[in-house]
Amino acid sequence: MAQEILQEIIVGVLVGGVYALMAVGLTLIFGVLDIINIAQGVLVILGAYLSYSLSTRAHIDLFVGLLITIPVMFIIGIVIHWAFIRRLRGTERTAMTLLVTYAVALIIEGILYKIYGATDVGLTASYTGTSIHIFGFYLPWIYVYGFILAVALVALIYAMLYRTRFGRSVRATMQDETAARLVGIDVNRVAAVTFGIGVAVTAAGGMVFGATNQFDPNSGYDLISRLLAIIILGGLGSIGGALAASVFMLVVESLVTIWSPTWAVAVFYAALVIVLVVRPNGFFGRKEVRAQ
Amino acid sequence: MSDARRRLRAAPGLAPALKGGGLVALIAIAIAFPQVYSNPAVSSYGVLALIYVTAATAWNIFSGNTGYISLGQAVFYGSGAYTMGIAARDWNITGDSVFALLPLCGLVGAAIAIPFGLIALRVKRHTFIVITIAFFFIFQLMAFNFSFTGGSTGLQSPFLNWPSATYNTPFYYIALAFAAGAIAIAWLVRRSRFGLQLRAIRDDEDRARGLGVKAMRVKLSAFLISGTITAMIGAVWFYYINQVEPQTGFDPIFDLTLVLMAFLGGYGSISGPVLGALIIEPLTLWLNTQPQFSGYLSEILLGAIFLIVVLFLPRGIITTGGELITRIRTRGRPAVIPATSVGSSALASGATAASGPSSVSSGGGR
Repeated sequence: MAQEILQEIIVGVLVGGVYALMAVGLTLIFGVLDIINIAQGVLVILGAYLSYSLSTRAHIDLFVGLLITIPVMFIIGIVIHWAFIRRLRGTERTAMTLLVTYAVALIIEGILYKIYGATDVGLTASYTGTSIHIFGFYLPWIYVYGFILAVALVALIYAMLYRTRFGRSVRATMQDETAARLVGIDVNRVAAVTFGIGVAVTAAGGMVFGATNQFDPNSGYDLISRLLAIIILGGLGSIGGALAASVFMLVVESLVTIWSPTWAVAVFYAALVIVLVVRPNGFFGRKEVRAQ
Repeated sequence: MSDARRRLRAAPGLAPALKGGGLVALIAIAIAFPQVYSNPAVSSYGVLALIYVTAATAWNIFSGNTGYISLGQAVFYGSGAYTMGIAARDWNITGDSVFALLPLCGLVGAAIAIPFGLIALRVKRHTFIVITIAFFFIFQLMAFNFSFTGGSTGLQSPFLNWPSATYNTPFYYIALAFAAGAIAIAWLVRRSRFGLQLRAIRDDEDRARGLGVKAMRVKLSAFLISGTITAMIGAVWFYYINQVEPQTGFDPIFDLTLVLMAFLGGYGSISGPVLGALIIEPLTLWLNTQPQFSGYLSEILLGAIFLIVVLFLPRGIITTGGELITRIRTRGRPAVIPATSVGSSALASGATAASGPSSVSSGGGR
């Protein structure tokens, strides 16, 4: 039993790392643009399908394929921001962006159905079916590789945010958009690139998600609700919070799976509700200073 | 300038009379509809459209007035449907007497709204949206996993031995009664002190609280009203389509459709969601019957309509259309901002500099 619990905790941490990567993109977008990107879930699925096409048609390895899919998703992000997000202004902006990103999600989902159909697919490679046996635990290789990839990319985002000039303007914009504008930061460019980065991480997240789960164009809804739960729990706009919350949530879900797999997902949302009763701004939530 | 318009301005009593006449005509058309279009395929459009009119109006009573966008209305819709189904099954109620269960469904909706609201309304607006989504998923999962909800197969409604030719007609009138009731409640709320408090919260919650509005109590009351109506119409819907499954009773598309309807017609106004529902629901039903739009093209189309509405008609047909008419009317004379376009902002009426949600373009970046 103890072994089983430990095993589930390790799996939870590994999967949590991948969710952290996707959630960081979402929370970064929220922090800078003040919007909730409902399309993030379906964009992850789009990323998974891109990897699927590359591996089945062109026989490119899943991880090598990321060199193509990450830039592609970055450009898709920039285009979505340019075409729809930047046009929205005004006090009802939150609701509007929610609707717009949802509409984008619907359209992408429809296109994916048109191209790939409604059957479940999964990504396969030599390392998706095999496990590593270490200290008495059986861990699928893809979980380990996926975790390493996620950690590397999150570290890269951190380095970008805290070690580059661009990262400093992103953080400035997150703190106070007007002040950032006043000191000469091109806020629109920061917003566009941030949206692009936030979407680009879905390519990597989607690849690992697709290699560990069966998916169809409809899988985005389940994913977005989990990601939303994670970023709320971590505190909207807090990157460290998103990391902690992903690992926490996935470990909890993984542990409940021992007892009852059907209720594991419900526990996920129940945990969110319980935490918010105690801490309405999440674990690491900033105090709400913005005018609502 | 035409004669009619000049006369209309000369006699101020005439405009309300015209409005009243229009309303009576609309009601007459609504009542006569199933008599004229007795074809079940057509009248079923009417029934479903009216169900959505009710649900969208109920959404608007809470979200339109408070600015808290709820994406969890399906919690009430599905719960109402399931209450009806479970009660009818367990108490062996069949035939017309099933409709006596409707108040019970409303009570269940209210009973859910209180804890739901107490938790969800503690947080700020962004978070509120997500909490409603979380609640929605919890309910869908419960419907899937409990045994008394029938699991993934859902529930069948008891058989009604009504003749199939006129089967839709009673449903149409029930849905019409609910729609009229919901609109009446929305109108009463809007005119009342309660409605003013709700809109004060929408404009600036902290200031409203400072002025003595008991924000939590007021928001919760509106949420309760909205949830009760939605649960009851959900029960009617269940009985009309004969079955409910977890993914149809608790449907994420339902939540977003309500928001789209409200935004298309005019967010926050009474006629907006009604108009939006009357446009969107028949359109989606029709699209689903067209073979060339089968599959997922209808989904793409719905998304495209969404985008067009939000990007080019963000304040809805009613508001934008109304402004257009005013602009045509005031052409050539000094522009006077019509009182109606400012009056929708509760705090702005106090001669403050508050820019209400009705003045979207002046709001700035955030």
